[in-house]
Amino acid sequence: MTAPDIGLEERRQKAQSGSAPLIDADEQRRARRRRNEEIAKYAIPIAVMTLAIWYWDRLVVWNEIEPYILPRPGLVLSTLIEDWGTLSQSLLVTLQITGFALAVAVVGGVGLAVIFSLSRFAEMSFSPFAVILQVTPIVSIAPLIFIYIESRMVGLLMCAWIVAFFPILANTTLGLKSADHNLRDLFTIYRANRWQRLVHLQLPSALPYFLGGLKIAGGLALIGAVVAEYVAGTGGIGSGLAFRILEAGYRLQIPRMFAALILIAITGVIIYATTSLIAHLALRKWHESALKRE
Amino acid sequence: MVVAPMGERAPILHMREVDKTFNGGIVALEHMSLDVNEGDFISLLGPSGCGKSTALRLIAGLMPPTAGRIEWEGGQGADDLGVVFQEPTLMPWATVEKNVFLPFRLRGQSFGKVRDRIHEVLALVGLEKFHKSYPRELSGGMKMRVSIARALVTNPRLILMDEPFAALDEITRQKLNDDLLSLKAKTGATVIFVTHSVFESVFLSDRILIMAARPGRVIREITVDAPYPRGIDWRTAPEYGVIAREASATLHGALAQTEAAE
Repeated sequence: MTAPDIGLEERRQKAQSGSAPLIDADEQRRARRRRNEEIAKYAIPIAVMTLAIWYWDRLVVWNEIEPYILPRPGLVLSTLIEDWGTLSQSLLVTLQITGFALAVAVVGGVGLAVIFSLSRFAEMSFSPFAVILQVTPIVSIAPLIFIYIESRMVGLLMCAWIVAFFPILANTTLGLKSADHNLRDLFTIYRANRWQRLVHLQLPSALPYFLGGLKIAGGLALIGAVVAEYVAGTGGIGSGLAFRILEAGYRLQIPRMFAALILIAITGVIIYATTSLIAHLALRKWHESALKRE
Repeated sequence: MVVAPMGERAPILHMREVDKTFNGGIVALEHMSLDVNEGDFISLLGPSGCGKSTALRLIAGLMPPTAGRIEWEGGQGADDLGVVFQEPTLMPWATVEKNVFLPFRLRGQSFGKVRDRIHEVLALVGLEKFHKSYPRELSGGMKMRVSIARALVTNPRLILMDEPFAALDEITRQKLNDDLLSLKAKTGATVIFVTHSVFESVFLSDRILIMAARPGRVIREITVDAPYPRGIDWRTAPEYGVIAREASATLHGALAQTEAAE
């Protein structure tokens, strides 16, 4: 609304009669900008993504690229639908390995972090192993794992777990140590025992840190599961998406490679969205990271 | 409330020639003696580095003295304390009532049994409507009230307050000073109050221990004989000004000496 400039007297009368706008022009402008940003937040990524896919399609058509080099998006989609039987089976396998590895990483990472926080001795003894496991690339450890471990599934799980558990361990360890020092003094004054201190002070303080670690670990578990399968190599009925990509590559079924790739990407996005949602729901009531500024 | 004369009040705590030296030989506190009686409101007033917070931490049992003795009447030690820090020091993940519940929870009591007491104390500090709020939804002054409620809720023998209102604006601070005195009148609490504000100490306390730095020590004790309840009348009384001037002069004299010695 653009009100014409009115005199002081007139404005005063308007204010007294109650017809003066409750929101001034500046606030209206800001409200409008907020609304536009809210729409743009979704509209812009969708538009750009659509444009990119359209351009990919045009690129293939204009340059007459063969489908075994670069398939058109439509072909990838129809392959995805046609091969859904095989691909969905593999997706399920990859999801199972990722999900299970993440679950074990959460239990193991948090458990180890709690043990570290309770005993400096345990931390000094075992944290070097954790660091070594983390800094050594998983592709170089994986072949050994598959030699020593009979079950392919367990081997894959172990690889995914090794990659995923470290961010949870590192973040939770940091979080357990970062409780407010005055609160720690207060717990001492109230004669809290170790268990009370852990449950009522350290674990809640560590929650935001743990959730940050979980977001990273979710993506890493998927990467670990995929990479380990590349190394494991052998196929069969219980094969994941990574094996489907390898297999399709050998057979020059490029559209199918793309289809499997897209499934992996979507899986990654869904994992990230889920862990972000969990973090938001857990922290929205009290933590700075989840607050909306007024 | 009628306060018994100083001599008749039951003693709670004795500090005898307490020293505290930190590694490196820095003397944080030297030869501090103090008798605390039931119902006392004692202020420790001094510049930073005078050992006033150290004295509080010693009394709270957060660290042992280097020399001297801290004796509790009845001998059970520092297990019946309420503490208010300079920051509200609330658990951000817990509601107001759960924050106030903390001292009970750490004693193994269930929430249901003490809910009435918690709400009673929240009403005392004027926050009964906010028991389900989270700390971030409250203003600085309100958070401080929650912190005070938590310190009061167990009816402790002694409440230690470490510059609790230093971070608040002047208006909120005066209001909380008034409220603190009325709380004290209602509960009969015994308080040791650390501050660097002369006016705050004169307004609140019946005894002021003026402290100086390097080494941290008590240089003077002033008794404030004004009766409670105190309000705006006390804040504007001539004696209030006299005592404040005296305390200020002592503080500045000590400060000049410390600076000259360097």
